[in-house]
Amino acid sequence: MQIKRTFGERLFDSFNALVMALLIIVTLYPLWHVLSASLSDSGKLMAHSGLLLWPDGFNLESYKLVLSNPSILSGYRNTIIIVVLGTAMNLIFTIVGAYTLSRKNFMLRNPIMLAIVFTMFFNGGIIPAYLLINNTLHMGNNLMALIVPGLISSYNLIIMRTAFQEISESLLESARIDGAGEIRILCRIVVPLSMPVIAVMILFYGVAHWNSWFNAILYIRDRNLYPLQLVLREILIQNSTDSMTTGAAMGDREAIGESVKYATVMVATLPILFIYPFLQKYFVKGVMIGAIKE
Amino acid sequence: MSGDSRKFRGTQQALGAPRRLSGSSTGTESANWFARLWLNYKKNKAIYWMVLPVVLYFLVFKYLPMYGAIIAFKDYTVGKGIWGSEWVGFQHFRDFFESYYFWRILKNTLVLSFYQLLFGFPAPILLALLLNELRHEMFKRTVQTVSYIPHFISIVVICGMVVDFSARGGLFNSIITFFGGTDSSLLSDPSNFRTLYTASSIWQELGFSTIIYLAALSGINPELYDASRVDGASRLRQVWHITLPGILPMIMILLILRIGGLMEIGFEKIILLYNPNVYDTADVISTFVYRKGISEGAEFSYTTAVGLFQSVVNFILLLGANRLSKVLSDNKLF
Repeated sequence: MQIKRTFGERLFDSFNALVMALLIIVTLYPLWHVLSASLSDSGKLMAHSGLLLWPDGFNLESYKLVLSNPSILSGYRNTIIIVVLGTAMNLIFTIVGAYTLSRKNFMLRNPIMLAIVFTMFFNGGIIPAYLLINNTLHMGNNLMALIVPGLISSYNLIIMRTAFQEISESLLESARIDGAGEIRILCRIVVPLSMPVIAVMILFYGVAHWNSWFNAILYIRDRNLYPLQLVLREILIQNSTDSMTTGAAMGDREAIGESVKYATVMVATLPILFIYPFLQKYFVKGVMIGAIKE
Repeated sequence: MSGDSRKFRGTQQALGAPRRLSGSSTGTESANWFARLWLNYKKNKAIYWMVLPVVLYFLVFKYLPMYGAIIAFKDYTVGKGIWGSEWVGFQHFRDFFESYYFWRILKNTLVLSFYQLLFGFPAPILLALLLNELRHEMFKRTVQTVSYIPHFISIVVICGMVVDFSARGGLFNSIITFFGGTDSSLLSDPSNFRTLYTASSIWQELGFSTIIYLAALSGINPELYDASRVDGASRLRQVWHITLPGILPMIMILLILRIGGLMEIGFEKIILLYNPNVYDTADVISTFVYRKGISEGAEFSYTTAVGLFQSVVNFILLLGANRLSKVLSDNKLF
């Protein structure tokens, strides 16, 4: 049955479409601005007034500077190590935890679950955590300090546990009858069956590691161990381009700063932006799983 | 089956507990529980050993710091350790409440949280509703995909952009001068901080936050819409009577969680954006704790007390909001 749309409805639809278009522009323009500026000539950038719509004096100078900056390179290296190692450890612990807590024949599962959920709402604060990790455990200035404290995200644990609970009990039971131990069941049956959820976890944890910086501020003193975001913070916010000596004249210093900053932002963000289209639907699915199984 | 009961009887005899069919004293109850636990362990050894590292993690990294918060009640020095430091009771809390900065930090924390709540909470709901009304599927998906992008950009980069755009001659100033305003360093003026903070938060989180609401929307029975259309309901009425009530549970849960985090206003962003010039509107409890405890000073006990105060208030707010929601709308978190 075709219902004719009233004039009011058509008006609303056009208005809606307009709002959405505006949303797209407002969302994308800052990124476009950064991209254009990074490809622009620094001098012209300083003098430019008004909105930047495309690169002003196209050149790749800034990128050359950024990619040859040793801090950026070590930052990248450290962050990649953290992302790979950290995510791997996250996965192992979260999968094991979610599996054990999803077994109905495990007597302690509810008390332990309650204790874990409690930590989502109440914690000791950053100072006791800092004292614990830095002083008691002597993990200061070590990349492990960036991985171990966040080893298991309660939120992710709950999502994964919910997913594991959905697996047919009879399937596991028959494996047990065939003599399979818990670990074998976990590795050979449960994990392969839950690949979508695990993919989501990889992405949640991975992006979190890539973007994290605050723990590094707390625990890392050695500049060589700075993750990428920390290096970025120095350059973008504290405005110290000390790490790049270019031998340029004093007057040029400021000009170099401008476009280089934008290039730095692009260099740090492009990996995520490239991967994003492929992974986007997994993220969405992940949030939905978490939401619907409330 | 018979094998099981034989095992059970054996355990009971081993514990020396009299065999009773019903009723038992507390002693036997807990003894029974431990017996069952032991049995459970013997039957599922692998699970118990597998869960051990997980439990250890939570004990060490979540519960130990909670215990460590006890230094809020002591005069902690690193040399003396937790046990050696003297007990000072609520002294640190008193110092905090009477301190020069107390009202400023509290005010800023609440005001920034409130702004976030007022503008940042309804925005995704509104957007989700609007997205739901889009007729063109391709367009809808394009808008969604684009809107999720800012969420994945790191907070450092976002703040870097804000800092840059707010500088003299930056993007924001270009727009301001276009409309006849004056060019100024926006981040040095305390009165701009709230706007910049809230607006950039919305920019980053708006798109991604709609996902959860869209998920809830997809759970609404389409027959309700059809029925209402037969009854002649306009789209607006449909939204008011079907859509909103349909996602109300989700809204309430998220609102409760939001209120429970009121005092914990995302301080990573504030640390990245603020400077001494704007402490007047930007300094919040968490940033105060960070500065006095780690970056500028080492007043561990004092700052732990402040942090504890924050956690406790959050918890109370959470329980309160939960209770309120249970009473008003029959939705609750726990």
